[in-house]
Amino acid sequence: MDFNDQQIERYSRHIILSEVGFEGQLKLLNSKVLVIGTGGLGAPAAMFLAAAGVGTIGLVDGDIVDLSNLQRQIIHQTKDVGKLKVLSGKETIHEINSDVKVFTYNTFVNSKNIIQIIRDQDYDFVIDGTDNFAAKFLINDACVIEKKPFSHAGIIRFNGQLTTYIPDNNTPCYRCMFKEPPPEGAVPTCSQAGVLGVMGGVIGTLQATEAIKYILGIGESLAGYLLTYDALTMNFRKIKIKHNAKCGICGEDPAIKNLIDYNNPTCDL
Amino acid sequence: MKIMVNGEGKQLEKEVNILDLLAILHVKMPEMVSVELNGEIVDRDDFSKTMIQENDEIEFLYFMGGGSIGF
Repeated sequence: MDFNDQQIERYSRHIILSEVGFEGQLKLLNSKVLVIGTGGLGAPAAMFLAAAGVGTIGLVDGDIVDLSNLQRQIIHQTKDVGKLKVLSGKETIHEINSDVKVFTYNTFVNSKNIIQIIRDQDYDFVIDGTDNFAAKFLINDACVIEKKPFSHAGIIRFNGQLTTYIPDNNTPCYRCMFKEPPPEGAVPTCSQAGVLGVMGGVIGTLQATEAIKYILGIGESLAGYLLTYDALTMNFRKIKIKHNAKCGICGEDPAIKNLIDYNNPTCDL
Repeated sequence: MKIMVNGEGKQLEKEVNILDLLAILHVKMPEMVSVELNGEIVDRDDFSKTMIQENDEIEFLYFMGGGSIGF
């Protein structure tokens, strides 16, 4: 593929990086990233991937845009309230960069559909931008089974965390760190929770960074580490995590043979 | 005795198990915490029988969802 003049100009700040160049930019344009959840984390991740010229982006979300989303889900705007999130996300991506092909999946992931969605465009990398434990464990287990690299992240209040899973590399998965969802009743109630709007921006952008580095094959990923960020103290910590031989999905004798649909506690807020 | 918890030095008066440590350090929602001891994840069922020793390095890893429905 040849770059046209507009593409050379659009991606010029990438192209002049010796670690990217024309070759790297071409890798990005030929790459496919699946973003599950177009909320606080998925919104900035998808937008930066689009701006970077990731050629194919999949968006998965079964929700519609709500006014209370706009405090952090920057891919959606006031005019989009009431619209399907995947549609609103697709429109924003095309406004940012019409080079990007967008595939939308207007559904929440579950044990019946997730493998099919991951395989749909043979995505190179998956970004977990979901907001609940059921989806996080499901995405983890599906990516381990499908040998698909992915970025896990979570945010709450003024805190965020992320890690990267790279298959066949003895890297720990999310379940190596967190065996199973917390018991029902243990999760904080809505009034105790909430999230500072920028948290998704910080952590979701780091997820996009991990995806881009993986596609380019540069630098060191967060495989084997959990990065934590505390916005109140501005402490970033990189905690080394080993593969857990007793892990239920990627351990030596995995107990989990089929994907699990966990129940999520609900909240009306 | 001195231990490290999430990168910060802490003093303990005596040897305690992980459940005690979570209580001593006033961890609000221990069910939401995964514990790494000297680089190894400790199974939750082993918290009560795993004793913390001098110079141990402990990481509390917190469950984090997405914030939009509160967890």
